[in-house]
Amino acid sequence: MNIEQLDFYTQAILSMAALVGLTSFLMLGQGRLLRLIFVFALQGFLLTLTTALAAYSLDNPHLYISAVLTLVLKVIFIPWMLRRQVLHMNMHRDIEALKNNTFVMLGGASLMVFSYYVLHPVVQSSSAVMLNALAVSLSVMLLGMLLMISHRQAIAHVVGFMSIENGLFFAAIVATNGMPMVVELGVAFDVLVAAVLFGIFFLHIRTSIDTLDVDMLNRLHEVDK
Amino acid sequence: MIAAYLVLLIPLIGIVYFTLAGHKTDTGKLNIKFNGICLLATIWLAVNVLNQGRIISSNEAFLIDPFNVYLIVLTAFVGFTTSIFSSPYMAHEKEIGKLSDQRLKLYYSMFQGFMLAMYLVLTTNNMGIMWVAMEGATLATVLLVSLYRTPESIEAAWKYFILCGVGIAQALFGTILLYYAAVQIGDGENALLWSVLYENADKLNPEILEIAFVFLLIGYGTKIGLVPLHNWLPDAHSEGPTPMSAVLSGLLLNDALYAVVRNKMLVDGATGSNMAGFLMMGFGLLSFLVAAILLHRQKDIKRLFSYSSIEHMGLMTFAFGIGGPLATFAALLHMTVHSLTKSAIFVTVGHAAQLAGTQKIDQIRGLIKTQPRIGWGLLIGTIAIAGFPPFGVFTSEFLVLLATMHSYPWLAPLLLLDIGIAFAGLFRHIQPMVYGIPPKDQQAIKANLWPVIIHLALVLWLGLAIPDFLANWFSQATLLISGSTPL
Repeated sequence: MNIEQLDFYTQAILSMAALVGLTSFLMLGQGRLLRLIFVFALQGFLLTLTTALAAYSLDNPHLYISAVLTLVLKVIFIPWMLRRQVLHMNMHRDIEALKNNTFVMLGGASLMVFSYYVLHPVVQSSSAVMLNALAVSLSVMLLGMLLMISHRQAIAHVVGFMSIENGLFFAAIVATNGMPMVVELGVAFDVLVAAVLFGIFFLHIRTSIDTLDVDMLNRLHEVDK
Repeated sequence: MIAAYLVLLIPLIGIVYFTLAGHKTDTGKLNIKFNGICLLATIWLAVNVLNQGRIISSNEAFLIDPFNVYLIVLTAFVGFTTSIFSSPYMAHEKEIGKLSDQRLKLYYSMFQGFMLAMYLVLTTNNMGIMWVAMEGATLATVLLVSLYRTPESIEAAWKYFILCGVGIAQALFGTILLYYAAVQIGDGENALLWSVLYENADKLNPEILEIAFVFLLIGYGTKIGLVPLHNWLPDAHSEGPTPMSAVLSGLLLNDALYAVVRNKMLVDGATGSNMAGFLMMGFGLLSFLVAAILLHRQKDIKRLFSYSSIEHMGLMTFAFGIGGPLATFAALLHMTVHSLTKSAIFVTVGHAAQLAGTQKIDQIRGLIKTQPRIGWGLLIGTIAIAGFPPFGVFTSEFLVLLATMHSYPWLAPLLLLDIGIAFAGLFRHIQPMVYGIPPKDQQAIKANLWPVIIHLALVLWLGLAIPDFLANWFSQATLLISGSTPL
């Protein structure tokens, strides 16, 4: 694949994929919550750009609606909500000491390789560009999970959760030019409700254990001790 | 088709009404009425399907065929009987000061919300909407798990939310891959319709569908409670209010399995191999084994029965995985009888826990002396779920065993051993609870056991003789799923 021979749209999509993947790695190594939320908003913004680009290049007006939805939800509403929580809890000066940061980063890199390996059969039926796009989306999902595993703050978990959704949206836009409108609206609705519920949960967790450190949620066991 | 719209409309009105009107003394009764009307609508729908066969709405958004119609009626039925149980149960919880009016308002509107999501999962023809509704069911129930606002219940709800949310995201990735394979053979906006996909299944790219199925199974499998993705299930069941445990076990798990099987039908059509089946067999068997062993280590009565749910869901997944007509028929029957029996058990368990004032197994004693009806209900329910004849669970487990002996004889001893382990695990806990010496000041409580009696009677009936129309639906669904009929 020679990148200069591809059309402008494909080149742009590839760069976007690279940038979205990069933001996932940035989040993974981030110990400060406010910066984590900022990088997350940045990822959302890249996603909005990708969607708008796809809408323009493919002349597909309904993608503009999903671009607006992404902008409102992922770039404005959710980061705003999380930021407010952090400031409210006075956690913006805390730096979470991430254990095994090197290993987590290496793990992240291997997850990316793994995504390429898993999705390799896709090449047979379509282009190598598609493989890149799908593999990056899958690795964004997996990196989101790794983020949830390696961080202890509930807010970081929510960021990980939402960045998994980002990976899914990226796949939907790049691989299939967006899901059918009704599905996309449904998914956006679910994300919105989930975000509101997370807000309610922060309140409940805080009032019950007085911190948002989810390691303190440890009362229930598989078998009773 | 009007009946199908009615089934979706009634719970929607329910949500709006309960949210706007707030909690009054008769809200519980009203909830029964909503579910009752919905049950009538589903029966009307079922009669339509019985007369006309498969129904598909004019815009192809909804599809009712023999596979989902009986699940729809089952959903409405369990929803109805659970609402009968929940009305006095929740009133009692309010009396002892565990819940306020505000929380009860949330409870009743979300009860309807959950029912709406379940009906939507079952009736929709669009695989994307199916995912949306499945996620909607999580969102509706997550605040109900933490309804009591104890630290444990909040932990359980958080775990439920995160695990199921992340899990089900995998299913969305699977759905996107499915859509990606579908748009390659044309037709953008309709490409996610199950009926369209099913007709063109052999043209779909098998490699992509194989990858998609792995994600779909992991995603919906989290909801089914397959080991090792089951962690949320016992917590959510034990910490939430008991009527919620009854509908989660009886309905949500079934519907998640339904989603997996729908997808498996497409994947089988595309790959022409049993790759999806093998995956399901593996996960199913693992869940069955692990849950049966974990039954022995439980100290909370609701956790005990939620592990039993994992065990039975594992068995069903395994049976669908085997994939022959006999195994599929057995799995369909098992879905029905498990759902009826397990919701009956949770209703009894709810009463038993209110009677003893605790959910701890070693503090619940002598039920049969204090209140014979609850004691007998629990005992008979457990006998039924453990798979004793003449109950329906025996019939379906026996058929699964037969199918296993036929296709994979070397797995049959393992299954038998496991059924034995599960039986021992249940009875070592149930026996002292039912027959032990009751604490001195234990008083009988007001309990409505009609839902239990009706459910267990139905399970008994299904064990003795399956009515013609139901057997006919099961065979048609079997034909649809496995390609041939068992009879």
